[in-house]
Amino acid sequence: MKLYMKYFSIQFKSQMQYKATFILNIFGRIVMSFATVASVLFMMVRFNEIEGFTVSQTLLCTSIVTMAFSLSEVFARGFDIFPRLLGNGEFDRILVRPRRVIFQVLASHIEFIRLGIFIQAVAVLCYAIPGSGVVWTWDKILTLFLMISCGGAVFFSLYIIYASFAFFTTEGLEFMNILTYGGREFGRYPYSIYGKRILKLLTYVVPLALIQYYPLLYLLDRVKNPFYIFTPVISLLFLIPSYAFFRIGLRRYKSTGS
Amino acid sequence: MITLSNINKTFRVARRQAGFGRAVKALFSREYELVHALRDVSFTIKDGEMVGYIGPNGAGKSTTIKIMCGILTPDSGLCEIDGRIPWRERIAHVSKIGVVFGQRSQLWWDVPVIDSFELIRDIYKTDEKTYKYNLEELTELLDLGEILKTPARSLSLGQRMRCEIAASLLHSPKVLFLDEPTIGLDAVSKIAVRQFIKKLNSERGTTVILTTHDMQDIEALTERILFIGKGRILFDGSLAELKKHSSRRKTLTIEYTGAAPEITEGMTLKEKKNGHLIITLDPEVLPVSDAIAYLAGKTELIDVSVSGITAEEMVAELYKEYQL
Repeated sequence: MKLYMKYFSIQFKSQMQYKATFILNIFGRIVMSFATVASVLFMMVRFNEIEGFTVSQTLLCTSIVTMAFSLSEVFARGFDIFPRLLGNGEFDRILVRPRRVIFQVLASHIEFIRLGIFIQAVAVLCYAIPGSGVVWTWDKILTLFLMISCGGAVFFSLYIIYASFAFFTTEGLEFMNILTYGGREFGRYPYSIYGKRILKLLTYVVPLALIQYYPLLYLLDRVKNPFYIFTPVISLLFLIPSYAFFRIGLRRYKSTGS
Repeated sequence: MITLSNINKTFRVARRQAGFGRAVKALFSREYELVHALRDVSFTIKDGEMVGYIGPNGAGKSTTIKIMCGILTPDSGLCEIDGRIPWRERIAHVSKIGVVFGQRSQLWWDVPVIDSFELIRDIYKTDEKTYKYNLEELTELLDLGEILKTPARSLSLGQRMRCEIAASLLHSPKVLFLDEPTIGLDAVSKIAVRQFIKKLNSERGTTVILTTHDMQDIEALTERILFIGKGRILFDGSLAELKKHSSRRKTLTIEYTGAAPEITEGMTLKEKKNGHLIITLDPEVLPVSDAIAYLAGKTELIDVSVSGITAEEMVAELYKEYQL
């Protein structure tokens, strides 16, 4: 962890070298991501509510998923650009350093610029809270916290899977974006609106619903069972197969070279 | 101690002919071709040795280095460095080696070099005393002083290479792998780098394995040469032995006034300019002294110089001999 902080500070210093770029970029991303919010708003103005979720409740959902996603974008950037690391030899450098591979990939690329989206999402959350009708007791706050942090972990797992594919093929990784970016885009609305099948898929295969739909129900008092608070924790199991997949890819890399 | 025995490595490379139709076909069934990157590569390097690893592009140099660094696993064969198998005990192994890839940087681009050094210290868990000692010594020997405060992106290539070498020595590795350390450097930087490597090897006893295309590096640095071609070790011995092994041709350059001398048996004309001749000589047919005497009898000599084959030519000859 101490070493992570060192990596953190060296990259912060690096990115601060270009202050104007940094600020403009963060600003640009905030503006850009408001388009997302606007699209939700326009939809909701037309329909007033979707499956019983009001405007504010949907925005609540949007902001949580966006926060989770941007966390993974900031901290798992190394996996997002992983094909590039393989291509330019940076990954070989990682292999000749005496630290764990995943740690190094994580630590060596932290993208502060992507924090812009996080900041914007916080703003949306603040905007949505008064209208959402949620009474913020401790269990609700815990739920919110788990949704964001575990959500970040699920997106992170998806990035690991994406990166692992890069060991096998250099092209055709675009389909993974359906899960990463798609997960975020679809996650603007509660996953239940896409139908039972999709919801099942997002519960048992790619556990995005565990960090969004189910705890959201608890947050909005639609269910009372406290089990729903902890569904995001279950989603952490998804880290295991993605890690295993990465190990398989790594073994293959070591035997093929590229 | 580094031991490689019967290392084999093959890669599967996808092949396809040009053209759209073929490209579509390749989507469904790919044709693969097996490339033997290394065949039965065996050698031993003792502690404190300095070895030049040479061979044409694609001969298998980088593959061997990558295996020794633990980046790649071979298909078969044994590789042991200080009793460790690199790819099995990666972390323990790599904390004892240093690697410089001449074409890739290990420094963080936008921060002063010293910041990179400190992060590297933490990555390798080097204790403060060793780090300080090494940093001071490296700063002095590689003349890093002012450079350390400069961001890596604004260094010249020569300065950067000196920093790269320093960065890979901060943790006092026992073995140093240098992959084309002098590529693209100017003459002064090249000499500085060479002198430093020599000193490192003789004073600290660091084992150095160096790949290069620059034969002057080899001549200046290494006692021992490993020559690889098409994945096989073709020669393992000293530079002098390699010279013996290859042809003993001499090159004779003369300047003269008067009529151009005719050449005789054992001589081949290489270049002829006004008052200036370059002749290659086979000393077994015509000894050097006889050749000079012969030429002196034919014309008025102003200047004569005799040179043996250069390392550069020798390697070119070897490439030709083995059809690499």
